[in-house]
Amino acid sequence: MSPLLIFIQTLLSGLLTGGLYVQIGIGLSLIFGVMRIINFAHGELMVVGMYLTYALFVFLRIDPFLSILLVAPALFFFGAAIERIFIQPVLRAKEENQILLTVGLSLILSNGILLLFGPDYRNITTSYSGAVFYLGPISLSVPMSLSFLVTIVMTGGLYLFLMKSWTGKAIRATAEDRDAAMLIGIDARRMGWLAFGIGSALVGVAGSLLDPIYYIFPAVGGAFTLKAFVVTVLGGMGSITGAMAGGLLLGVAESLGAVYLSSGYKDAIGLLLFLGVLLVKPSGLFGRSRL
Amino acid sequence: MRDGIILAVASAVMAAVPLWAGEGFLLHFFILLLLNVTLGTAWNLIGGFAGQLSLGHAAFFGIGAYGATLAHLRWALPGWQGMWLGGALSLLVAAVLGWICFRLKGPYFALATIALAEILRLVAQNWKEVTHGSEGLLILRPLFSSKVQFYYAALLIAFATLSAAALIRHSKWGYYLFAIREDQEAAESLGVNLLGYKLLALLASAFFTALAGSFYAFYIGFIDPASTLTVERSIEMALLAIIGGMGTVFGPAVGAVAITALSEGLRLWFLSAHFFIYGVLVVVVILFMPEGIIGSLGKFWRGKRRAPV
Repeated sequence: MSPLLIFIQTLLSGLLTGGLYVQIGIGLSLIFGVMRIINFAHGELMVVGMYLTYALFVFLRIDPFLSILLVAPALFFFGAAIERIFIQPVLRAKEENQILLTVGLSLILSNGILLLFGPDYRNITTSYSGAVFYLGPISLSVPMSLSFLVTIVMTGGLYLFLMKSWTGKAIRATAEDRDAAMLIGIDARRMGWLAFGIGSALVGVAGSLLDPIYYIFPAVGGAFTLKAFVVTVLGGMGSITGAMAGGLLLGVAESLGAVYLSSGYKDAIGLLLFLGVLLVKPSGLFGRSRL
Repeated sequence: MRDGIILAVASAVMAAVPLWAGEGFLLHFFILLLLNVTLGTAWNLIGGFAGQLSLGHAAFFGIGAYGATLAHLRWALPGWQGMWLGGALSLLVAAVLGWICFRLKGPYFALATIALAEILRLVAQNWKEVTHGSEGLLILRPLFSSKVQFYYAALLIAFATLSAAALIRHSKWGYYLFAIREDQEAAESLGVNLLGYKLLALLASAFFTALAGSFYAFYIGFIDPASTLTVERSIEMALLAIIGGMGTVFGPAVGAVAITALSEGLRLWFLSAHFFIYGVLVVVVILFMPEGIIGSLGKFWRGKRRAPV
């Protein structure tokens, strides 16, 4: 393969991975935008999605991509319930207590799954798990490309929902200025659990998308919580379009780093980018840190 | 003064433990307890006193563990000297971490500390020539021949950490840290050197955490990135202080007693999932007693009604 082809190949597979990061990070950003809470249990919500998809596949032979239709609403209600029961009471509490509460939730979720399913690594093997298709000399993974399509549809839908629908506008208004939104009659508490539910549904679907191509184990969430942080900080906390750009950027940076620098330090590249952006431009690479 | 008396009495009681605890699991339990007392108290210096929520303290623990172990394995440094080396290295890492992270506030600070600790973990994982990656490092020749000696070493470290916490708490420095915790801008406008005092607190915190890390390495005799440098390790340290009572001298020690007893006691039933209990504890503490066990007990004794969250 010529160097140029390798570069293009790396870039494209990075973009596909980036699509998954978008799917994971965008919910975190939405939740932060509306509630000013950093959800440290975000990756664990994804793991809930992963195991739900896994259970549906093993017991009912439902394809992971099809199970999205069940996982998304299930995680929506799960997230909304978590918000109503645990997050709502600490909305006005000290920042560190909010962080710690979600840290506690993440421990409960990941270790709850550990108790239910045991520590084993599992995986779902579908007929297309290892399949690739070719664009000329460039090969692309079929499940990754399908995931990318799902992400485009879902983030597109989210964007339209936030921009066009009344509820979406109300969510944005709450993110912009909670008190002002309440003054004009928006139920900010409802917007809170809606945002948390939507964010959970998005990251739960990311779990479904990850199932055919990744290992499933209870502790897998922590690494992805971190990725979600990187994505949102790159794009600007609370910015939806920023999270899209941040996710793609992270995917490409990791992919290039793995090929041209070192595959062992692939994850460090994202973290270094993250620290760099935090220090130099805390509002994110793409400007505004609001929805 | 009162803190000094409590510390003296507690140390005297703890010093008598090997007389009746034997050399088996019970003594092991008390060693773990003292290790946790050290870790929680050290974390509290920066997390509780200064209100800087670090979730990357595993970095210092790991530096202490790896520094002392490598010094021992490569240059045959005896244990105690290795501990000082680990401690000194951690000061260096803390200075870098502080220089980077103290520009950030609130959640951004917490995120940056996680990121730095993760980067260290990746280095330990990948720098195989030195750290042996995830295979870990084994210390074949133990520092002490008997568990009782380990116990007194752990007691000494815990005592030193608690003394430092008590001294800092009642010094001018301690009041500056409290002022920073309550309102950074106000403290700064009154002329408190934010970066200087926060950095000092972080250095002290890192040093004692690293001591505990090197002690852990010699006591257990094996270290790898998964046991020393993970985010869970960082979270555990923070939880000790939070559950006991952040910002108090003895809160973390109380938290250490509660957590060590629970996690060792329930390990039989919950196996590796004892973090589940931690999670439940944290959520309960944050929702119902946000000032930790000590804070809530104090209020209870004074007969005040607790304000809602």
